[in-house]
Amino acid sequence: MRLVQGNEAVALAAVHAGCNFYSGYPITPATEIMEMMARQMPKTGGVFIQMEDEIGSIAAAIGAAWGGAKAMTATSGPGFSLMQENIGYACMTQTPVVVVDSQRGGPSTGLPTLPAQGEVLQARYGTHGDHEVIVLTASSVVEAYRMTVEAFNLSETYRVPAILLLDAVLSHMRENVEFPDVPVRERTKPVIDEKFLPFGPDAPFVPFGSGHHTVVTGMSHDETGLPKALAGQAVQRILKGVGERMRRDAREITFYHEIALDDADIVLLTYGITARAAREAVELLRQDGVKAGLLDVQTLWPFPDWLVKEKTEHAKAILVPELNLGQYVMPVRATLEGRCPVESLGRMDGELFTPEALVEAAKRLASSVEIGGVAHD
Amino acid sequence: MTKPGVDLTPYLRQEMMPTVWCPGCGHGIIARGIATALMNLGVDMDQLAVVGGIGCSGRAPFYFDANSMHTTHGRALAYATGLKMVNPNLTVIVPMGDGDSAAIGGNHLIHAARRNIDITAIIFNNSIYGMTGGQSAPTSPLESHSTTTPMGSIEPAFDMVELALAAGATYVARTTTFDFQEMPRLIEGAIRHHGFSVVEVLSQCPTYYGRLNKLGEAPDMLLYERDRTKLLEAFGPPPEITREEMVGQLPIGLFRNEERPEYIDQYHGLVARAGGGK
Repeated sequence: MRLVQGNEAVALAAVHAGCNFYSGYPITPATEIMEMMARQMPKTGGVFIQMEDEIGSIAAAIGAAWGGAKAMTATSGPGFSLMQENIGYACMTQTPVVVVDSQRGGPSTGLPTLPAQGEVLQARYGTHGDHEVIVLTASSVVEAYRMTVEAFNLSETYRVPAILLLDAVLSHMRENVEFPDVPVRERTKPVIDEKFLPFGPDAPFVPFGSGHHTVVTGMSHDETGLPKALAGQAVQRILKGVGERMRRDAREITFYHEIALDDADIVLLTYGITARAAREAVELLRQDGVKAGLLDVQTLWPFPDWLVKEKTEHAKAILVPELNLGQYVMPVRATLEGRCPVESLGRMDGELFTPEALVEAAKRLASSVEIGGVAHD
Repeated sequence: MTKPGVDLTPYLRQEMMPTVWCPGCGHGIIARGIATALMNLGVDMDQLAVVGGIGCSGRAPFYFDANSMHTTHGRALAYATGLKMVNPNLTVIVPMGDGDSAAIGGNHLIHAARRNIDITAIIFNNSIYGMTGGQSAPTSPLESHSTTTPMGSIEPAFDMVELALAAGATYVARTTTFDFQEMPRLIEGAIRHHGFSVVEVLSQCPTYYGRLNKLGEAPDMLLYERDRTKLLEAFGPPPEITREEMVGQLPIGLFRNEERPEYIDQYHGLVARAGGGK
């Protein structure tokens, strides 16, 4: 047991996952990750570099990945916006890399020291063009540790950027934790013959210097990596394949927690820091005779539509509280296609929801859908 | 210069030929200069990475049969920095265009120079944005014409050599596509140099720069390059050069070749002190 800060847990988890390259640029509230890595990387023989901006940070991380490293960078909203073009490059070039975004109030400089969940859609759709990424989040220090390791693992498995969304509160809070032993996906050294296709389906990631003269380009390309004729069709085939492999494994890669969903009339669907208040809210609601349950999603993207459908099958209404003006509620609504009311509860004032605020919103929702047993107080 | 009959094809990726470069473009001459330097140095192509940006010069990585990376606009040096730090055994060459080096990527150029990381940047300077059809660049001379400066540019151009020198690059040279005999020698020196090297090569873009500025065809532009430049030695030692003396005659040659602690060596020293050496 030791007292650990959220950002510290991310850095320790990265080292556990085999991260041996970190590039970054200071930004509140993610800076401690960088400061930890500045100490950890030299000690473990890895590389640490403070780049000239966040664009350089993500670019150096992708370059390092092609040099054979497990690479990570961390930032907050303003830096995350700057990184988008090159995150798209990592998608296009199927480069494993981990990007941590500790969310703070926005837009623009916003509320640098206060929490938000404003990048839930940006993490998925922030780059131009279409692609799949992995987006994980966490609501406690120990989860931040676990999800960091999983971000590395999933990034390796699917050769995509994996994005870990934290927030200013989780980054800076300290909890007593015992770190779990999360298994690490190690890289294998693949056999390369003349038939090797560096961007073929399920092709292993082969860094530079291995003898294969790989072409890595952000232009549309086929499985050889070259931007040949019909590259548009080829890249559609390649990137659709990435998404299909993720959906094939959806049940393995979707992390979540649930509380009292079996008989829940009202489901609180949350993620990240908001789940903490929601856990208590469900308890309070049950005490008041409201059959409430919690679905706390940690794998935000690819969107776990199957999970949302299954876990809310008997729900009469769903409440989606989030620290934005209603982002994750959109895919939830699209998935349920009007099967039951899906209520958005959003705020972007830099404050967290209290359990009491969630209780009140849940009761109001319950009464609006005329669920029996609700005290109309 | 490559002697006639010397076969450079082992250094070039045949499946990407012909290049996208226009007839008369100087970039092919620079690519030949790089290939000649690689041959003369006996560089192992398995351990060569060519990392480019976007634009006409950005296509250069495709044409070398090596580890090729065609990155985003202006960011090639940042990509190359990560790559080289993780695998210092790689020889890393970064072809850069006017935008890559002097505009969108200028920040990465000065910081790579400041760090003195062992990477060779080769600036393909044709004074214009070619790939997008002839817009003004920070390397376009004052009063020059482009599609975005139809009445002549009111901005002075960056002198990339002065910029590289000021930022701390430890090997700095300038040459032209006219001086094709000197070019491979300067590039060889840059690749051999242990530190950050910048070789600016003045190149001709007859399609846009030549046409919009009435400089004639490619051969006329090569003569124009000859006439507007002067070998550095002719000016005497560097301190005697004044800006006034250089007007109309741009010095070319080797401006700096000096040793300064290299960034990755410095980092490895730090790792050793931290006890992280393998």
